[in-house]
Amino acid sequence: MAGMTAATLTASIDPPPGEQASARRRGRPRFGRAAVLVIFGLYFAVPILASFLFTVDDPVKGFSLSAYSQIFSVAGLWPALRLSLELAVATIAVVYLLLIPAVVAVRLGGPRLRTFVELVCTLPLVVPSIALTAGITSVLRWGSDNMVPGQTTFIQQLLIDIQNPSFPVILLLAYVVMALPLAYRTLDAGMRALDVRTLLEAAQNNGAGRTRAIVTVILPNLRGALLNTAFLTLALVLGEFTVSSILGFVPFAVWIVNGNAAGQGPVTVAVSIVSLVLTWLLLLVLSAGGGRRGAAAPANQ
Amino acid sequence: MTETAPTADTPSLTDPVPPAAADSGAGATVEFRGLRRSFGATTALDGLDLTVRPGELLALLGPSGCGKTTALRMVAGFETPDSGAVLVDGSDITGIPAHRRDAGMVFQSYSLFPHLNARDNVAFGLKMRPAPHPTTTPIRRASRRPLGGAERRKRADELLELIGLPQYGDRYPHQLSGGQQQRIALARALALRPRVLLLDEPLSALDAKVRLTLREEIRRLQQELGITTLFVTHDQEEALSMADRVAVMHAGRLEQCATPAELYARPTTAFVAEFVGTMNRIPGRVGEDPGTVEVLGQRLPVDGERTAAQQDVEVLVRPENVLLSAQGGSGAVITGSTFLGAVTRLGVQLPDGRSIKVDLSTHEAAALPAGSGVTVSLPERPVLVDARATD
Repeated sequence: MAGMTAATLTASIDPPPGEQASARRRGRPRFGRAAVLVIFGLYFAVPILASFLFTVDDPVKGFSLSAYSQIFSVAGLWPALRLSLELAVATIAVVYLLLIPAVVAVRLGGPRLRTFVELVCTLPLVVPSIALTAGITSVLRWGSDNMVPGQTTFIQQLLIDIQNPSFPVILLLAYVVMALPLAYRTLDAGMRALDVRTLLEAAQNNGAGRTRAIVTVILPNLRGALLNTAFLTLALVLGEFTVSSILGFVPFAVWIVNGNAAGQGPVTVAVSIVSLVLTWLLLLVLSAGGGRRGAAAPANQ
Repeated sequence: MTETAPTADTPSLTDPVPPAAADSGAGATVEFRGLRRSFGATTALDGLDLTVRPGELLALLGPSGCGKTTALRMVAGFETPDSGAVLVDGSDITGIPAHRRDAGMVFQSYSLFPHLNARDNVAFGLKMRPAPHPTTTPIRRASRRPLGGAERRKRADELLELIGLPQYGDRYPHQLSGGQQQRIALARALALRPRVLLLDEPLSALDAKVRLTLREEIRRLQQELGITTLFVTHDQEEALSMADRVAVMHAGRLEQCATPAELYARPTTAFVAEFVGTMNRIPGRVGEDPGTVEVLGQRLPVDGERTAAQQDVEVLVRPENVLLSAQGGSGAVITGSTFLGAVTRLGVQLPDGRSIKVDLSTHEAAALPAGSGVTVSLPERPVLVDARATD
């Protein structure tokens, strides 16, 4: 009996081999890690801090937050921000609708389909956004150049409609294309962690049709990948300048550069900092919304 | 795979079976009729005909690529045959989509839904498709009254009790061991009270000890519920120990379907003889009468498939059916021995250089050390013959 107790004690004291190894590892590279952390911290923090100091530095008073208070009086902030957010939400929705079925199909289909989809989704990466814009511009111009007043064809009308400045569908289309490479890779990585075929078959065996099986079984398990896709797409849309600027729309990024009080250096920089914080906050909200995995799952009965 | 609770893999099933789980009713008859299926150049099924009787556990046994899994998946609705039909209780289900079929399946890989706990995994099907009245038709209709959340949970708990894991309802799959996961998967497959249970190598991912307990438990559950069960495996021991009948498949065809004892004792084809258990090949020659064969100086009747008269053949004999006597001089020599417990398997080299295996009781084998000369003979019984392999 005593021997058994001793053995049990030893077993509970001795960490498993994996833990021992990591304990050994923990000691040495602590300094190296700290150095890396400091270097990266400085790399990110210095420009932001410098920008912040620039915005609050007042030649007369020494310190002033007036650059920040002025932002809200500059015309066009809210419409620009709203447009960006609407475009972001729409882009995320379209990317989901396009890619989720595609990635599932790739998992279930053969390797040839996989190569094809991967190729298509990677293509936007090698097309610079300026080239994409040039292409879009020439198509749109073709519509307006050939227009006879009073005799608009269906396609011409369509080309006009998608440029509606209150919600430019053409920007949405461009953003979806631009988001494809990152979104595909993220979703595909998430899908790779699942045995999609078996899970779908198990769901079907339990009476769920194919679509229902994807919605009830695959999507909840892709939560992380779906969130990451949303992050990347949101960041991309909020920061996108080239396409929207050349096409003449004013979402948030364009407004930061062109729309606000030009020439007032500190205000421009203040807007940049605000946009940075805003994007960051949105990402935090998204991740907080998706972080309640443990709490959400048991409720799902 | 960490066992979170070692006791959970050895539960007692002596508890009374909850009535709701036990009323699956009599099993259905499953028939394969002339099933053919090829994937590109490979033929998975080449005209499979087989009938599974109501309430029996039939093992589909064969080497990988023999089509056993394809046949099983056709019952589940995950594969469609190029030709032929699958019948359940006489009605053709070949065209019915997978989610409307009346067959519960346990998969080889862990297939529990990772985002649901054990109870919700078991209740998943009840949510998707309400449980039918016990006297259902094989073709399920989706228009039944759905169970409420509380009813579903209750039924799921009954099933968890049935498989001996009542306390694990709130655990998520990643908190369960492999054996526990496969048990939950079994409960999930039974939740809709299917008339056919399909097991696709459910034990092959588990370690040996868990495999043994789960093997017995599946069998016990199957007998209690009286559910027609198709069990796919490449492990002959598993098939022979669990099944009422074993169907040995080879190259998309059925070789033999018989009880384990018959399959072992009276294999009808050389393939079955070699695949099930260990078999010696001893050179012989069929006499003028194709019904007899000359082997080791004896003339024995031929059993099963016959070859043409006056042909060189190989006689198939199990190690325990070879007789050894300690008299030397015949040219046969003991080359080695392997202790297997009650019996010892001896390696014997025949005069022509060929090696065979002979099982003797360990007591008898002790008198025959390696290097000693022996005489090999066969009992006076019909033997299986096969065309001689060209080497």
